[in-house]
Amino acid sequence: LIFSFFPSLQVLLMGKSGSGKTSMRSIIFANYIARDTRRLGATIDVEHSHVRFLGNLVLNLWDCGGQDTFMENYFTSQRDNIFRNVEVLIYVFDVESRELEKDMHYYQSCLEAILQNSPDAKIFCLVHKMDLVQEDQRDLIFKEREEDLKRLSRPLECVCFRTSIWDETLYKAWSSIVYQLIPNVQQLEMNLRNFAQIIEADEVLLFERATFLVISHYQCKEQRDVHRFEKISNIIKQFKLSCSKLAASFQSMEVRNSNFAAFIDIFTSNTYVMVVMSDPSIPSAATLINIRNARKHFEKLERVDGPKHSLLMR
Amino acid sequence: QVVFHKMSPNETLFLESTNKIYKDDISNSSFVNFQIWDFPGQMDFFDPTFDYEMIFRGTGALIYVIDAQDDYMEALTRLHITVSKAYKVNPEMNFEVFIHKVDGLSDDHKIETQRDIHQRANDDLTDAGLEKLHLSFYLTSIYDHSIFEAFSKVVQKLILQLPTLENLLNIFISNSGIEKAFLFDVVSKIYIATDSSPVDMQSYELCCDMIDVVIDVSCIYGLKEDGSGSAYDKESMAIIKLNNTTVLYLKEVTKFLALVCILREESFERKGLIDYNFHCFRKAIHEVFEVGVASHRICNHQSSTSNMKAVTHNGTPRNAV
Repeated sequence: LIFSFFPSLQVLLMGKSGSGKTSMRSIIFANYIARDTRRLGATIDVEHSHVRFLGNLVLNLWDCGGQDTFMENYFTSQRDNIFRNVEVLIYVFDVESRELEKDMHYYQSCLEAILQNSPDAKIFCLVHKMDLVQEDQRDLIFKEREEDLKRLSRPLECVCFRTSIWDETLYKAWSSIVYQLIPNVQQLEMNLRNFAQIIEADEVLLFERATFLVISHYQCKEQRDVHRFEKISNIIKQFKLSCSKLAASFQSMEVRNSNFAAFIDIFTSNTYVMVVMSDPSIPSAATLINIRNARKHFEKLERVDGPKHSLLMR
Repeated sequence: QVVFHKMSPNETLFLESTNKIYKDDISNSSFVNFQIWDFPGQMDFFDPTFDYEMIFRGTGALIYVIDAQDDYMEALTRLHITVSKAYKVNPEMNFEVFIHKVDGLSDDHKIETQRDIHQRANDDLTDAGLEKLHLSFYLTSIYDHSIFEAFSKVVQKLILQLPTLENLLNIFISNSGIEKAFLFDVVSKIYIATDSSPVDMQSYELCCDMIDVVIDVSCIYGLKEDGSGSAYDKESMAIIKLNNTTVLYLKEVTKFLALVCILREESFERKGLIDYNFHCFRKAIHEVFEVGVASHRICNHQSSTSNMKAVTHNGTPRNAV
């Protein structure tokens, strides 16, 4: 109950128009998959949208259209509103941009506003559309940009990622960002490990409910497919989309063959869990009861961290 | 490619135009024990190297694809020539016309196009004295499930055991409290049989999507440690529960076929009963197909091993079949 009195905490997604924020947001938040974003037009005027996730976080996407003067005006008049209560600023740079100086200028304006209004915010920079750079140039170009950005950001610190919607780098970057937003993530992982070991699972994944990003996982041995987190996320999101066409959503799933059994179920108010057993002879009912019992335990963890979380960040 | 080789519709933009006859034998990967012959758009029946008689004699169904987004008058002429020649050789053949690429048309335009093509094609046949030749028409697109639905119907017409399969399905679902069941070919997501209740496209699509999830997840976690084994095997099964009391239940029937059922949560509480009934159903299906194989061996080249041919007219670079 105390919870609802805290203003929601913001994740700002910003960047010059055309840098790829809208596509990015659409893909991560399960609205479109990569190839559909070609249908999204360039954002004209100022567009603001928001998505709730992880319970008390709101992702605010501010996209200010191409007009430079407009962006500057909007900035000065609405600045304090926009930059208050910011947990995280994610700034997107188009790696192919011809106006590097201007990009940096806008970035610095944002940083100034952050320093004034939310000095404890975490800053992430995404150097995006890396697929447009020649493969052998990518590391070099990214390192250059990263150095520049870290330098320009002082006294604030920023973490940089190189991303593209056409491979797993985008997913990995967002997973890392969301991972850092989770309160007491180490404790969560420890509990997940205990849970997995008790029920003799091969792998346990914890997903954030809105995005299906893997926020924590446990595995007891090497798995063949290193890209499986992103694949599973996409598979489930795709199915979620299909269900939404029928104005329904899925609650739980069980998939088996002679080599495995996997269970996906609602876990806590912010998460889904996936349990993979390589011993398919263990009856489903046993695993499902275990998940149900674990759920109560994890719910308690989440509740305890909630209000504490907002206090820690101030 | 989209239906039988799991290609995503966008990748087909890069398929080359068919220059010569391409024979695709999918009898190993799919229940559809057919050969699909893909003909180039411009076919010359008078070419002596093309023994159309031999081809048509062993054919169960001929699918003629017309590009709905193009001017189809020439296509209609060629359709007429093709089916007339084929009918002369083999009057038992099924003739199916796919009015394809309808994804770009409005609903009214679709209906109008179908009506027009239907009218003209049948007029041509009547003029030639071939009223007995029956044409079936389908509106299709690779960008939605309509192409799968159309292939489903075409294939079903060729399956001799269909009435038995439908009967078995009816008995199964009525004794198990199931609302709808499809017998799917897992690889192509064509359904070869369903119970007698009406087919609702949305349900069919949902079941297709479920198969995707099951196969994709099984590919990641369902192979043995050394990578051997297959994603879809004898023990394959899945349960998906939606938040509106709908339950989707998938069970392996044969190495190509899966049964996908739609039922209510409360009916699913009697899972033990459902599983027992399914066990009986599965046994019956195996018996039906064993009989089919035996009789096929005796009767050699009967039309039960049908050859489906797809003739694409206006062989544009975007060859989608």
